[in-house]
Amino acid sequence: MNRRLDVLVCSGAACVSSHSAEVKSALACEIDARGLSDEIRLVETGCMGPCELGPVLLIYPGGTFYVRVSPNDVAEIVEEHFLKGRPVRRLLWETPEARRIAEEKKQVPFFEKQQKIVLANCGEIDPENIEEFIATGGYEALGRALTEKSPEELIETLVASGLRGRGGAGFPTGLKWRFVARESGKTKVVVCNADEGDPGAFMDRSLLEGDPHSVIEGMTIAAYAVGANHGYVYVRAEYPLAIRRLKTAIEQARNAGLLGLNILETGFAFDLEVRIGAGAFVCGEETALIASIEGERGMPRTRPPYPSTSGVFGHPTLINNAETWGNIRHIVLHGAQWFAAIGTPQSPGTKVFALSGKVVNTGLVEVPMGTTLREVIFDIGGGIPNGKAFKAVQTGGPSGGCIPAEYLDTPIDYESLKKLGAIMGSGGIIVMDEDNCMVNIAKYFLDFTCDESCGKCVPCRAGTRQMLDLLEKITDGKGETADIDRLRSLGMMVASTSLCGLGQSAPNPVLSTLKYFGHEYQAHIHEHRCEAKVCPSMIRFEINPAACRACDKCRTVCPVTAITGKPGTPPYQLDAQTCIRCGRCAEVCPFDAIAINSGDLN
Amino acid sequence: METIRLKIDGREITAQAGQTILEVAKENGINIPTLCHLDGVEDVGACRLCIVDVHGQLVTSCTTKVGADMDVQTQTAPVKEYRRMILELLFAEGSHVCSFCVSNGGCELQDLACDLEMHSVRVPYSFPRNRIDATHPQFLIDRDRCVLCGRCVRVCAQVEGAHTWGFAERGSTARVITDLAVDWGQAESCTSCGKCVESCPTGAIVRKGASNAEMRKKADLVGRLTERREHE
Ligand SMILES: Cc1cc2nc3c(=O)[nH]c(=O)nc-3n(C[C@H](O)[C@H](O)[C@H](O)COP(=O)(O)O)c2cc1C
Ligand code: SF4
Ligand code: SF4
Ligand code: SF4
Ligand code: SF4
Ligand code: FES
Ligand code: FES
Repeated sequence: MNRRLDVLVCSGAACVSSHSAEVKSALACEIDARGLSDEIRLVETGCMGPCELGPVLLIYPGGTFYVRVSPNDVAEIVEEHFLKGRPVRRLLWETPEARRIAEEKKQVPFFEKQQKIVLANCGEIDPENIEEFIATGGYEALGRALTEKSPEELIETLVASGLRGRGGAGFPTGLKWRFVARESGKTKVVVCNADEGDPGAFMDRSLLEGDPHSVIEGMTIAAYAVGANHGYVYVRAEYPLAIRRLKTAIEQARNAGLLGLNILETGFAFDLEVRIGAGAFVCGEETALIASIEGERGMPRTRPPYPSTSGVFGHPTLINNAETWGNIRHIVLHGAQWFAAIGTPQSPGTKVFALSGKVVNTGLVEVPMGTTLREVIFDIGGGIPNGKAFKAVQTGGPSGGCIPAEYLDTPIDYESLKKLGAIMGSGGIIVMDEDNCMVNIAKYFLDFTCDESCGKCVPCRAGTRQMLDLLEKITDGKGETADIDRLRSLGMMVASTSLCGLGQSAPNPVLSTLKYFGHEYQAHIHEHRCEAKVCPSMIRFEINPAACRACDKCRTVCPVTAITGKPGTPPYQLDAQTCIRCGRCAEVCPFDAIAINSGDLN
Repeated sequence: METIRLKIDGREITAQAGQTILEVAKENGINIPTLCHLDGVEDVGACRLCIVDVHGQLVTSCTTKVGADMDVQTQTAPVKEYRRMILELLFAEGSHVCSFCVSNGGCELQDLACDLEMHSVRVPYSFPRNRIDATHPQFLIDRDRCVLCGRCVRVCAQVEGAHTWGFAERGSTARVITDLAVDWGQAESCTSCGKCVESCPTGAIVRKGASNAEMRKKADLVGRLTERREHE
């Protein structure tokens, strides 16, 4: 019998943790029990994007997209959909704003505005099967590069494509290749940076989990172009699934003659080694990463010399981010002009983002550069949940900046974000709503960078510590007017004198919130008021006498007996001195009589 | 060797390609403050006190090589202010009560405070309380007086070859350790050569038995040693 259906089960790390494996085995059992094994093929894929809705299934032909599937749904899916051809409507993705049920994956607004190049195979193929990758045109670019193109031609193509590094700094990739190619050293090294240390970011992880061969292919093409025979993929230990799939892929590529001593029988030799990092944020910085590969403590070194002149063990080293590597095969296959036409002239191509925070659809998205923040947050992300108001968006991870609503129409590209005091970074987008206190947010990010500072240079090690102490002082209600200037001057000093990018960018969250949300700092300092009612030292719970019906609920839940009163005799009294601001009374009050207030009493 | 012409603080200067800005400045009597630099070992650019302005960009002069037509400014207002802030951060981070310190009067950190006219520290002190490690028969380390310049680490590895010192932890808890964070007295790799003692710029690593203000170090010892080795 012919194969009728391909059932793709997302096995990205998020879906695995929401038990996609159980769904898959239930499907396998059911399909087997019904005697459908020859007709239906089950495939485990990498992340499909909307991780929050996992486990997700994609069924071809038709492209039916099921969300939040549990093993209990399996019998119905097999019976109704696989046998009778009727999609199970209750499992389809219901879009909140349109309230319409999208039947096909491509009709879902989450996917509509996306353009998948790097992630094209993620969620569509079995990452542990090289045949599937090859069937989508995989390793064709490598074949053409090795047999039809000279190294110089490849580098020219990369330069003309305008591709810029996706790891953060946006350095033109083709130029980097050219620098390494021009070095005379006999031994050269190619490195994939998949350290991905930004909290909440999972672009590179998803790529390695969902399409590891695309990274291998990109690196092998580059190795040929710059004259390297050895490569490393540096992945953090916290990514066990990515590491396993990558190692499987390397093994398969070796067996297929696509890595090793005589690649595609052209005599070109290149092989890859996986290096596992211990998960320090600073190890994503290229010189620290190189030190770590060498077995040293992951501490940044001063540049120059740049890795292109002296990298791993002193050899000229080409280091690119995993997503950068994922673009290479497409550029070689479709040409520089094709790529340059996508996105904006200064920032061509697409960018993968990890969308998180106060947004309806969190997950992984890939959009052309130049897409506006508004489109990503509201069209793809589905806006802010629970009818709350948008406040800010943080791009670029812990060292990025917070952008306010008035700049929502800013196109996402390296220069536009930089102009706003934010950065592209590796692709984190964190959305914040009216319930987020911006001083507290700045404190949160600085706490991270202060902790992750490697300790080598004084401004970063001791300067971020002083900044963090000032932020704590302000959120504790002890801020002084002069603290704002202190923060600003410390921030500028740390940014201009630190050794590496970590210290140089660490003040960004503070400087950008001071710039766009200065009024929140002022309110904290002068009125002890936290607009978002987040900072515990500045909020108080108050019973509105007119609304209280003396139901006694609040008194019974208060853990410190701050509330007194007699059932039936309103209003109840709340003693602010005793109250520990746990908020349980406000949660249980059926009449919304308990308000959270902030700011000095007049 | 290729000769290079550049300007430092407006002065026309000739230098050899491959020299650092710091070396060239020193040869020409131009003083740039340093702390982590030590003649005889590699430069790492850790303290950031030797920053200078090169065409509007701040770079550390100990790690930056001279280039043709460079215009180096060693005393601009931001450079001076940032150096002072960095120095204040160091004083606030450690515990430096000089009157109780064996290195009083013979300390590079103290000298810097005088040179950079640090009249007060504008950031709050953190008052660390690390245990003093006096387990080595001849030397001791008071980590509250350590500025993490890494001179001990480099001299022990690059000159003595013992690799006793290393760094541990991150951020404000970063510190220097002996062997795998054992007490110095238990560190088997240490040859007790004393090079780290002479190289430590502050009163952190000192010789036992010195009383207040009695410790004097030979910071140029390592530089002279390595120079003599090269001449052999
Ligand atoms: C603190 C810090 C962390 C970084 N983390 C990463 C990372 O996790 N992944 C990455 O690709 N680049 C990271 N980078 C950027 C790298 O230093 C380097 O620029 C990048 O790997 C170059 O690749 P690209 O040109 O393809 O972007 C980090 C930089 C800094 C300063
Ligand atoms: S800036 Fe921070 S992370 Fe970078 S070298 Fe200095 S201390 Fe280490
Ligand atoms: S180490 Fe130097 S600065 Fe610190 S207390 Fe001793 S003499 Fe003073
Ligand atoms: S005494 Fe010598 S061997 Fe021992 S730690 Fe110091 S420099 Fe290293
Ligand atoms: S102990 Fe002395 S030499 Fe070693 S890092 Fe600390 S201050 Fe520098
Ligand atoms: S892991 Fe399944 S959608 Fe992301
Ligand atoms: S002396 Fe140059 S950075 Fe310390």
